[in-house]
Parts: sequence; C-alpha cells; structure tokens
Amino acid sequence: MNYNWDWGVLVREPYLEWLTSGFTWTIVVSLTAWVLAFSLGSVIGIMRTTNSNLLRRIATCYVELFRNIPLLVQMFLWYFVFPELLPQDAGMWVKRGMPMPEFTTAAICLGLYTASRVAEQVRAGINSIGQGQRNAGLAMGLTPAQVYRYVLLPVAYRIIVPPLTSEFLTIFKNSSVALTIGVLETTAQARQIEEYTFQGFEAFTAATVLYIIVTSIVMLLMRFVEGRVSIPGMISLGAK
Amino acid sequence: MIQLQDVSKWYGDFQVLDTCSTAVSKGEVVVVCGPSGSGKSTLIKCVNGLEPFQKGDITVDDVSVGDKATDLPKLRSRIGMVFQNFELFPHITVAENIKLAQLKVLNRNEAEAGQKAMQLLERVELADQADKFPAQLSGGQQQRVAIARALAMDPIAMLFDEPTSALDPEMINEVLDVMVELASDGMTMMVVTHEMGFARRVANRVIFMDEGRIEEDCSKDEFFDSQRGDRAQTFLSKILHH
Repeated sequence: MNYNWDWGVLVREPYLEWLTSGFTWTIVVSLTAWVLAFSLGSVIGIMRTTNSNLLRRIATCYVELFRNIPLLVQMFLWYFVFPELLPQDAGMWVKRGMPMPEFTTAAICLGLYTASRVAEQVRAGINSIGQGQRNAGLAMGLTPAQVYRYVLLPVAYRIIVPPLTSEFLTIFKNSSVALTIGVLETTAQARQIEEYTFQGFEAFTAATVLYIIVTSIVMLLMRFVEGRVSIPGMISLGAK
Repeated sequence: MIQLQDVSKWYGDFQVLDTCSTAVSKGEVVVVCGPSGSGKSTLIKCVNGLEPFQKGDITVDDVSVGDKATDLPKLRSRIGMVFQNFELFPHITVAENIKLAQLKVLNRNEAEAGQKAMQLLERVELADQADKFPAQLSGGQQQRVAIARALAMDPIAMLFDEPTSALDPEMINEVLDVMVELASDGMTMMVVTHEMGFARRVANRVIFMDEGRIEEDCSKDEFFDSQRGDRAQTFLSKILHH
C-alpha cells in the first residue's frame, strides 16, 4: 500500500481546530439531545404504566412512531419536510430564522428518537417492580403521583441504570448522523480533513479515539452512579 | 366499623366475589379463611379500594369505598394494611419506611415522625434495626416492620392479607405474637390467614369463603366446635392435619 503517513496533520492548523470544534459539537448535540431524551422518555415511559387508557395509548403511539423510523430518515424529515408542512412564515423561521437551525434540528430529532427508547426502559423498570409495591404505597394513603415519586421511580431508575448507560453511549455515536444535515461534528470534520489532505487514516483514527474517550468517560461516570445508588443487601433489584 | 353489603366483583366474565356481606365492628378481630382462589385476598383488598368492585357497597367508618366522590387516599391512610410479601420499600431504610407516609400523607414533621417510628420499632422489638435496609432483615423482621409502618398512621382498623404465608416456619410466631398483642390492645382487625391457632387465640369471628362466596360467618367457638358445611369441614381437616 502506497500511503504517506502524516500524523502531524492532526496537530496542524486549521485541522486541529476543525477536530476540536467537531468534538465540541458532538458533545453539545449529544448532551442537549440526552436532556430531552431523558426527560421526555421518562414522561412517556411513566404514561405507559398508568391506569389511564388515553395516556397509555398516546405514549404507545409515540414510542412506535419514533422507534420504528430510521434515525437518518427522521433527520431528513425534520430538516427538509417538517418546515414545508408549517405555515410559510413559521417554516421560514425554522429553516433560517431560529438560532443555529442545523444544530437545533439535529438535537431535537436525536432527542425525540432516543426518548422513545428511554421510555421503553423506564416502562420496563416500573413494570418489573410489581403491583405489590404500588398497592403498599396506595394502602398507606399516598396518591398515585406520590407512589410514583417516592416508591416506584426511585427503584425503577436504579434497575435501569445498565440499559440507560447503553442508551447514553449510543446517543454520542448516533450524533454523527447529524452531519447529514450539515452539523459539523466530529465525523463531519474528520471527513473534511480527509478531503483537504487525503490523510483519511489519520483523520478517522482521531475521530475514533475521540469517540472512545467520550464513551469511556460515560461508562466510568455511569459505573460511579450505579455504585452510589446501589441498595445495601440487595444483589439484584430486578430479580425480586 | 367495616360494612360489606352484597359486594360482587368480576374479572371479565369470571366472578371472583359473589354478593359478599359481612361487618366488622370496633375492636373486633375477624379471621377470613378459605381455599386458595376463594376470593379472600380480593375481598380484603376491596375494603380499602385497592381492588375495585362492580356491585354492592363497602363502608369504613361510614365512608363509602365504592363512591367515586370519596377521597380514597385519605380513607386508606386511616386503614392499615399488611401484605403477604411485606412490601417494604427496598431503597430506603427501615426508619424511613415507617416515616414516609407520616411525612407525605399526614404532614407530620421529621422529629414527630422519627419519634413515632422509633416508638413503634421498640414495640416490635426492632429498634436496633432502624438504619438497616429491608433486604438486610429476615422475613419475620420485615413483616414486623411492615406492621409498625401501618401502625404509624394511627389506623382505625388493620387489614392483614396472609401476613405469615411467605415466612419460614420459625418466623411465623414472632409475627403472630405482634398481631396477638395488637388484638389484645383492642385494634379492629380483618385477617386473611390459614393460621387456625391464631384464629383460636384471638379471633372473635371466623369467615369461611369458597368460590367467591362467604359460606360461613360465625363466632369462633361456633366455627371450631359446631357442625359446619361440608366445604368448611374438608378445608379445616386439610389445613389442621397437614
């Protein structure tokens, strides 16, 4: 193979700056999307476990809609199709007017998609607890909302730390799809460096390492969280 | 205190309770027994509205359980309930388990709730376990904590749903002892149990259920001494000579 290795490209300007900026966008898009995914996903997941038929149905529709359309297609739908469905002025605002349209669209799209997956985990966590705990809470006079707040959710979230960790990791990796609508995140910048310098191996190695660094940090963080919230005397909550 | 009037309940087409009527007056201890699937647990869960029922009415202290306008959380806070599987909340300590509803439902302050918790833990002889988590306790200890947790609300009546069925044999007595003491203090109690020894010692009345119907509802002495229906006879002989 005739390839001119040049690792120095990674620390030369403007390429270093491109990578740094790309990495920052990866983090910003992912964290924004995660905040949305976690909060909305929790609400939808809880709705799927309530006694209300209407709430359950709405939540089920949400989950089935958002998890069954490929993320890439959703990205295009939000960016290219959604503004056209709005009244002209509003559509124009979404395309040009709102601050950082590509970033905003990507973060919302990724957040809504991931929310459907978080919702399923929250639902599974709550359902694994069983009717007995719910009854015990109700029997002592707690309202259904208080039962969720003080009895079901604290245990449910503990149970789903491992799958939520996977989801949190996935959101960083999925954020690369945002490049298709013009967010210059890590992968987009690596590609750009490759196009300018033909040093594709170096550029994508750098991107890979950056993703590994961030996912490693997330894993360590979640392991710390899991340790902090573990319950003395309980080996496996889910097995109860 | 507790009145059941022609209560019927269906799961789909299947009738689990068939026109059940009975009453528990203040200070009375009523034991509900019967074969598995006879509806006894369902019946007791109807009393505090954990299970909805389609026909008839239940009143507790003259408040209707079935009435849509009833503030169920408020009513339930006045009726203690103890479950077969203890159902302590695993993520908080024993003391916090006992304080939770005092703080969130009765709006007692932290000091008051804590004092009540310790007082009740002493009563069930578990004061030294206050800061442990439920999973660190034996089944018998967990059930005693569950009883203390229910008592912390100063209930007007207590419901027990097979409180000793999930316990190892050597732990049954420590729980029954607490219940006997409670009965002798004059607590109104409705107890679903197969512990006929307990029934003999403290029950005022025994209700025998089969296939969703109340087949026998008589005083303890009548139940154990006199001629009973065939079903109750068969049931008793099975559980007394196993």
